[in-house]
Order: sequence, then C-alpha cells, then structure tokens
Amino acid sequence: MTVETKLALSVDEVRSFSQLNNEPTWFTDFRVSAIEKATELPMPTPDKTNITNWNFLEFPKHTVESATFNSLDELSAEVKEVIDIEGQENLYIQRNNTPAFLKVSEELKTQGVIFTDIQTAIREHSDLVKQYFMTTAVKVDEHKLAAYHAALVNGGVFIYVPKNVVLEKPLQVVFINDNEEASLFNHVLLVADKNSSVTYVETYVSTVSESKGQANIIEEVIALDNAQVNFGAVDVLAKGFTTYVNRRGHLLRDARIDWALGLMNDSDTVSESITHLVGDNSNANTKTVVVGRGEQKQNFTTEIRHWGKNSEGFILKHGVMRESAQSIFNGIGKIEHGASRSNAVQESRVLMLSENARGDANPILLIDEDDVMAGHAASAGRVDPIQLFYLMSRGISKADAERLIIHGFLAPVVQSIPIKSVQEQLTKVIEGKVR
Amino acid sequence: MSTLVIKDLHVSIEDKEILKGVNLTINTNEVHAIMGPNGTGKSTLASAIMGHPKYEVTQGTIELDGENVLEMEVDERAQAGLFLAMQYPSEISGVTNADFIRSAINARRGEGNEISLMKFIRELDKTMDFLEMDQDMAQRYLNEGFSGGEKKRNEILQLMMIQPKFAILDEIDSGLDIDALKVVAKGINQMRGEGFGCLAITHYQRLLNYITPDHVHVMMQGRVVKSGGPELAQRLEAEGYDWIKKELGIEDETVEQEA
Repeated sequence: MTVETKLALSVDEVRSFSQLNNEPTWFTDFRVSAIEKATELPMPTPDKTNITNWNFLEFPKHTVESATFNSLDELSAEVKEVIDIEGQENLYIQRNNTPAFLKVSEELKTQGVIFTDIQTAIREHSDLVKQYFMTTAVKVDEHKLAAYHAALVNGGVFIYVPKNVVLEKPLQVVFINDNEEASLFNHVLLVADKNSSVTYVETYVSTVSESKGQANIIEEVIALDNAQVNFGAVDVLAKGFTTYVNRRGHLLRDARIDWALGLMNDSDTVSESITHLVGDNSNANTKTVVVGRGEQKQNFTTEIRHWGKNSEGFILKHGVMRESAQSIFNGIGKIEHGASRSNAVQESRVLMLSENARGDANPILLIDEDDVMAGHAASAGRVDPIQLFYLMSRGISKADAERLIIHGFLAPVVQSIPIKSVQEQLTKVIEGKVR
Repeated sequence: MSTLVIKDLHVSIEDKEILKGVNLTINTNEVHAIMGPNGTGKSTLASAIMGHPKYEVTQGTIELDGENVLEMEVDERAQAGLFLAMQYPSEISGVTNADFIRSAINARRGEGNEISLMKFIRELDKTMDFLEMDQDMAQRYLNEGFSGGEKKRNEILQLMMIQPKFAILDEIDSGLDIDALKVVAKGINQMRGEGFGCLAITHYQRLLNYITPDHVHVMMQGRVVKSGGPELAQRLEAEGYDWIKKELGIEDETVEQEA
C-alpha cells in the first residue's frame, strides 16, 4: 500500500534549490525524480522498532547559511579537541550545511585523489559522481527516506582514490552542527578504485544542546577490486534531531573494509550499517559502540551480506543503555546462494545500567548455501556484581568501578578508531555519557 | 599495631546459614591459617569479611582497630586496610592490569596525592620481577585469559602493590604447581612484618610448608572448632581431620548439618 505524504519541499522548491547551486541538469532531474518517488514510497521498517510516529520529514529550514573558517583557530574548543591541528594534513570541515574549511596535502593532489565537498563534486566531477551516487550501494527507491535524502542532499563529501594509490595518512572530516535550525542531509560518497587503500574518519558534533532539524544521512563506500578502506565514524548529534543514518559498503573482489563506529547521538536514531560482499574473497569487519541515555529510542541494524565466494564478515557490537534509553540491536549475517566457503560471525553485547533501560540484541543468520561457516553470540545484561565486588575490594569506588567496566566493555571498538584524537574524543564522549 | 576482631559472626547465603558464630582475632605481624575440609564455611568467612554481595551477615561483629567493618562499603573496607585475594578472581575485559592497579593505589592515596606514573611503573616492574611474571602481563586485560596460576600470582602482585594492613588469602594455593606456589609464598613472606597481618585459608598443609603460620584454626560446621600453633597443621597433614571430629563428637563436619 502506498500513502501519499505531504513533504516539506515541493518539486519546484527542489528544482530551484538545485539550480541555485548551479548543479548540472542530470542532478536536478535526479533530485526532482527523487522527490516524486519520496511522496509515494513507504517508510523503511527497522526490525522491532516502530517508527510510525517519528517525525522524519518536517524541519524548520532546508538549508542554513553559516560562516566559513579562515583558520582552525576559529574553531570552538569542543571541535578543536577532535582535530590534531598541527598534524592533520587532509581535513574537511562542514558547518551545518556550509563547506567551511578544506585542507588537502600536496601528496593527495599529485596522486589524483579527489577530496572535496559534495556540491563541488557534483559540479566538477560529474562523471564519477553520476556513476556512483545512489546507483550501486544505496538505491534511491529503497524507501521514502532514501528518496527524500536524494532530493534534499545539502552537504557531505566526495572522495575518490585512484587505482593503486595507497594513502598512509588519514582523511578527516568534521561535520559541525552549531545551528539548532539546521537539518543535515549529508551524503558521503567514497570510491576506492582498484588496489587503492584509504583511511577515512568522520565526526558529527553538535554544539547546540537541542536541535529542531532532521539528520538524514547516507554514506556509500564503494571498494573496487582489492581496495582497502578503513572507515571510522563518531556520531554525536544533539537531542531533538530525528536521525536516520545509513552507512553502506559495496565491495568487489578481494576488497576489504573495516568499520569502527561510535554511535553516540543523543537523538532518537535509526542507524543501519550494511555491507555487501559482492566480490569473491571480500572481507568486512564492522565494529560498533553505542551509549544510550535519557528517553532515547534507537534502532541499530548491522548487516553483512555475502554474495561472493570465500567472503568473510565480522560484526561486533557493544552497547550501554542507561536511564530510560531503549535500543534494538539487529545483527544480520546473510549468506546468499553461491557464496560458498563464506564465513559470517557476529557478536552483540548489551549492558544495561538501570531498571528502566532496555537493550535487545537480536542476532539473525540467514544462510542459503551449504558450504559455509557462521556463528553468533549475543547477550544483554547488567553490570556483573561480582566484577564490581572484585574492583571495589581493591578500594575503587562503585562509580569508578562501573566506569572502568564500561570503558573496558567498549574498548575493543574505541581502540579501532583510526585517528588518535578522534579516539580520545570518543572516550571523552563516553565518559560524559556514563557519568 | 592493628587488630581485626571477628566476634560471633553468623552469615547466610540465600537464607541458608553458613557461618554459625565465628570468633577470631588477628593482629598485624601475625599469620593465621584456617584449615578445614570442603564445605565448612572457610571461603564464606573470607568473602563476608570483605563484604561480598551474596553473603548476608545476620549476627555478630567485625572490627578493624575498633571501627565497625560491617557498616562499610566494600571499597571502604579496602581503604581501611583489608585485602581479599580471591579464589576465582574476576576477568575484566578492556581494562589493563596496570591501569587497574594504579587506580586501586590512587583510590587509597586519595585525590591530589596520586602516585607518579614513573614511580608506579618502577614499583610495578620490580614487583613483577620479584614474582617472576612476564612484563607483558601489565598491559594485558585484567585476568582475561590468564591461567589459574597467573591469576593467583596477579592477586599477590596486587597485594604487594596495594600494601594493605590485612590480607585474606582464599585458597591462594589451589590449582598451583609447586613452582608457582613457591613464588606466591615468597610474595606473602615478603609482606610479613610489623604492619601486616594475614589470614590464609587453605585445605592443604602444603602451603604452610612455605608460609609458616603463627596460629592455625580448624573450621567445621561454620565455626572455628580448634585452634593451635603450627604443630596443629602438621598433625592434620599426618592424621587428617577424623581425630578432631572424634574428639568433638562431630559426625558430619559440613554446614549442611546442625551441630
């Protein structure tokens, strides 16, 4: 059944937004067709969370204008913490919807790497963007939110790493949200061409305490044959957003992706991270940490889908729920027919710190092939009183003992975030949330 | 000198009474051994002194230099100078051994008086050498994947780093081979002195070949039924427990039976 929905922007408004940004005609048409689809397509249906009453569509403003940064000195202290100001050679900062700072090393330029905001990419790298933008990993017509996103994209980054280019130093992106009326329709498109290698780390940081906007974020990583992508993300969006984050990997032969995701939003959030292991011998490793607090409702779906033979997928999710936070952790390993000798392994652990907190781990293995390996482990429980007793018996207070256990519980993921400063910021965010 | 006094201690677990009136006084500069067959309440005594959440004290007192231990939280008991080397130490993932021990030391020293990192590392290295532990165990997660022997050594490492007034050793010797036992005993003997008292719980005399106790107590049916000097342990080793049971008219020594 399709239900026509009233959307925040009309077809004409979408068209004029595109023209205002000097977008090529194909992209204007793409947006227009997407907004038409968005009216009719159904909402996504995250397993075990009812989002019927969530507001994913309305917002005060589609785009807000923000000042750019002439130098990193102008950044707020909170943002500075995330960045190694001296050492970070490749850095893009977006402020609400405005590309606000870009630094690209000579090394990157000479190697032909493209690292730029999405609007510039749509204009200047039209061929590449057209080839991959919501064509391969995420499709426009998957559901209403995907189409809505495609129509309203107002930020994001494009990265292209050419064949055989191996980048030793990470690319860093910081999405700052310091305007409570801002909505983030960010699109990250990362294409790693054959035999290339790249480390990408992004941080979403709200410095407003409460937002009135939407965060509808789609990120696509396409790893061609034998490419390696190391992808780190820390999301710290403010309460008030309705957040939909979709991170999707599409891997060809021998490609590998390592995801390390710190999902620390204070907003109600639907987050899905799905990797398609399309090519033989491709390999995905997804590590996620979550801390929920307050009245937050969240749904985290992590899926690895095996199409290629001999493909390997690992999912590790650790979540901490406190106060009245509620979360569903869906972990899905799906092995398609023909993906022989594949291996799907997942582990979900949820720690609940209060009577009213809820976290449900929901592991699913769907296997359509005989010659495979698969395994899952899941648990949801409270802090072990015997562990607490052990730590306290050495003189450590109950609060500190709990904190040690929580940090320890989240450590395996925190430590896989590729940039030290982002790792430290994540530790700090966790510290602030569990105090 | 410090004194730990246990009077008429009754302890239950899930409404079942395990300790039925234990009396014991330990001073610093003394080593007491508690022996007894399985199921007589020895480990319950150790856990109850430290405040294990599963054990409920229903009657009696524990005082450390006149302070009421039973009113203290577990961490306060540790801060007051008690230490329990556990029979089954917990494994804590993601927390390194070194970080944990430093947190424990600093918790006792208090804010503003933290041990310097250099000094801590020096002390830790020295103590690990003394206990013949691999240096990499400092950076491993607390007890995670440690063998039984490594866990016990790690308990003694913590003991030596934290320097409590009283250590309660709950079957520190169980599951140890002779070499590991010697190392563990070496650590405890190093601690002996004016400022340190020890209550070693064991059901093997073997440990006492390396740690000579000043006092030996035998527990049966949730009470201390006999006390003596080191010679008592030797007699138990030679003759077993039957002679005590006969002497006291006990048929079943475990707490399952009413006396």
